[in-house]
Amino acid sequence: MVYNPRGETETAAAMTTTTNRETDEFAVLWLQAGSCGGCTMSVLERGGAGWLEELRRFGIRLLWHPSLSEETGAEARAILARIESGEDRLDALVIEGSILRGPEGTGRYDMLAGTGRSKLDWVRALAPLAGHCVAIGSCAAFGGVPAGAPDPTDACGLQYTASEAGGALGADYRSRAGLPVVNVAGCAPHPGWIMETLAALSLRRLTAADVDGFGRPRLFADHLAHHGCSRNEFYEFKASAEDFAERGCLMEHLGCKATQAVGDCNQRAWNGGGSCTQAGSTCIACTSPGFEATRGFHHTPKIGGIPVGLPLDMPKAWFVALAALSKSATPARVRENARSDRVARGPAPSSDKRSGSEKRTGAEKAK
Amino acid sequence: MSRLVVGPFNRVEGDLELTLDVEGGVVREARVAASLYRGFEQLLLGRPAEDALVIAPRVCGICSVSQSLAAVAALRAAQGTEPAPNGLIAANLAHAAENIADHLTHFYVFFMPDFARAAYAGRGWQEAAEARFKAVSGAALREALPARARLLETMGLIAGKWPHSLAFRPGGVTRALALGDEMRLVALLAEFRGFIERTLFAAPIEAVIALSSAKALDSFVEGDGAAGDFAFFVRIARDLRLDELGRGPGLLMSAGAYLGPQGHRFPAGLLDTATGALRSPPLHAIEEDVSHSFMRDTAADPALAETLPDIHRPGAYSFAKAPRLEGRAVEVGAVARQAVAGHPLIRDCLARSGASDVFARIVARLLEIALLTQAMDEWTRDLRAREPFCATDAPLRDGAVAGFVEAARGALGHWASYRGGQIARYQIIAPTTWNFSPRDSAGRPGPLEFALQGLEVGAEGASSVALQHVVRSFDPCMVCTAH
Repeated sequence: MVYNPRGETETAAAMTTTTNRETDEFAVLWLQAGSCGGCTMSVLERGGAGWLEELRRFGIRLLWHPSLSEETGAEARAILARIESGEDRLDALVIEGSILRGPEGTGRYDMLAGTGRSKLDWVRALAPLAGHCVAIGSCAAFGGVPAGAPDPTDACGLQYTASEAGGALGADYRSRAGLPVVNVAGCAPHPGWIMETLAALSLRRLTAADVDGFGRPRLFADHLAHHGCSRNEFYEFKASAEDFAERGCLMEHLGCKATQAVGDCNQRAWNGGGSCTQAGSTCIACTSPGFEATRGFHHTPKIGGIPVGLPLDMPKAWFVALAALSKSATPARVRENARSDRVARGPAPSSDKRSGSEKRTGAEKAK
Repeated sequence: MSRLVVGPFNRVEGDLELTLDVEGGVVREARVAASLYRGFEQLLLGRPAEDALVIAPRVCGICSVSQSLAAVAALRAAQGTEPAPNGLIAANLAHAAENIADHLTHFYVFFMPDFARAAYAGRGWQEAAEARFKAVSGAALREALPARARLLETMGLIAGKWPHSLAFRPGGVTRALALGDEMRLVALLAEFRGFIERTLFAAPIEAVIALSSAKALDSFVEGDGAAGDFAFFVRIARDLRLDELGRGPGLLMSAGAYLGPQGHRFPAGLLDTATGALRSPPLHAIEEDVSHSFMRDTAADPALAETLPDIHRPGAYSFAKAPRLEGRAVEVGAVARQAVAGHPLIRDCLARSGASDVFARIVARLLEIALLTQAMDEWTRDLRAREPFCATDAPLRDGAVAGFVEAARGALGHWASYRGGQIARYQIIAPTTWNFSPRDSAGRPGPLEFALQGLEVGAEGASSVALQHVVRSFDPCMVCTAH
């Protein structure tokens, strides 16, 4: 099953509040903890007929979503009570935002309004009931920006604090389906990462083998943000931008971490065709645990002229040797364009070549 | 007198809790609480000044470009950088796309679903409202969400992605638009205009922009624009008398919106709706009061203040501070922006009520969708393809600066002090910090608290639909409020 043909006609029936124990819909509760709401804003960009329609087509039902559901106040509290009592089945608990444990372990920096209980308390109560537990965004996954120094609210992710296992639920937490928290990292994640993960879970297609060592779905985490970067020719020749808005590679001077950060960022379109590096913005490794700890996001730290952060799995000596070689071989076009804010010189055969010169005649070879 | 606690108050951005003292079915006093505190002003301290361009937008996922541009404005003031005209225009295009998307999300996703509620069963329009606007399943969402996504492709061209882009700099934007990009922008704007002229207004945007009075609006919704969602709202609003609901405290402020090479598109101003007096807003006189906030006392001047949370403060009920201008609560947002800019339709709506109200707030947002779509068309034509989009940063000077922009929800200010290239102080006052502020030390309520006083909630109490309309008419962004 890859597509739920019940589709668009089902809408009113799906809103009734009888118990969901007998249905085969995939019931999702979405809560926002120490969140900016940006992950929801991102996923709302999804789908030719909108995200809500796409959810319906996959048979995914939102039991409640803070930005989208009709139910408010007492109605919303009643939904939460039905889930907590086990009356309603919870197939996935989706959390957006950091879990704030402060002050002094009370969780009072983030209360679920009207309930007198902290989100920390709610998450710990609901996670054991959930078929799956999904962290949407690097805040829910690893703590994210709110966990940056001085960490004023004692923020953490569901199952990690930066790269250290633990977090709000503890390293040993497993959902009813036996998985640790699935971490759809990113700040904000691509709408596709969010929806494809939820879709795969709803179709029981996402297994322990489909997430990486930090619980991130491999559907995006098997790639580096660098893969497919439109600046790749500049990267190959180490033809670097030195100022913002220049077209060259952003790694050597402007802090770009795309060769060290997971994500298929440059293999999908963001907002119809963009990506951070495509827009001249350095990759800040927002899918990585602890990315918020960087000081000076727009400058590449170096020792002896060599960037400290080298491509993820490349030996330093090789990088240095290849960089020196490729710098010496940089075509003038590439060198010039790297320092320009637009294409200053288009691709054209260099003066020692003519059209079709790859197929030189025997007579020319003999010269 | 009974005390009602309302929460989680959803279909707003972030976490909101209301406490209402009700007597005889009427709200006597309201307390509005931001129940989430993440500590962004503390997170920014000690970082390199430029890191605000990464951290500040993450205050808010729905108005991240606004937060970016306020951080940019502060850095630009400290550097003295003269931005590239193309960079200002491109930033305005991205900012307008965000603000239109926010207005659209508010109307279709947050606000209109309340008219589909069973509480309105029996009203002539309720069944149609349910089919069109019901939360999650209404037919309008299948059109509005893809239209929003298509408009946000502006971000793919200018800013890489949305939310949380790093393309905005003191000197402009980090991507120069080439001819093909401009043509893509023209095409997507034409498509978006098609959506609003077909679905939202059922009329050309020029006809909406030309509406000169509440009477002209009434003719429009019975005539040329009758088939649009805008007209549907106006008919519901007339039936429910939403122009008598949720009156604001009377002072409206705009900090000036869309700074371009020729100044602001919509000017800064402070309008007293009772007297009609309009003047330049004394932004230097802004102060924050923390008498009812979970915060320790520091300086009232945001240029000198710190943010030190204190969960045990007696009498406190919100993580939001209470900004005041010359001691008074101020309402901000599209209604303030367009009233200050002198749009005759909005001025007429306010003159009839003598104050802002639920109806005027919604009309101002929808009008602004039309105004901004028109502005984006013009700005695209103003781009100069062969000229730079980003000027080089000038060296950062130590000292205290402030940067102001207008987010979708109103005035947004960043007050920063830099020392040795690092952030020594940082204070943010966001639109909903103004609108949903708690009481101050003189006991004066914030704008929503004021607007809820006297509201008839009847026997429904906390479930009153009127309460839903008043609160959501402000389009609160609670994640920005206390940050």
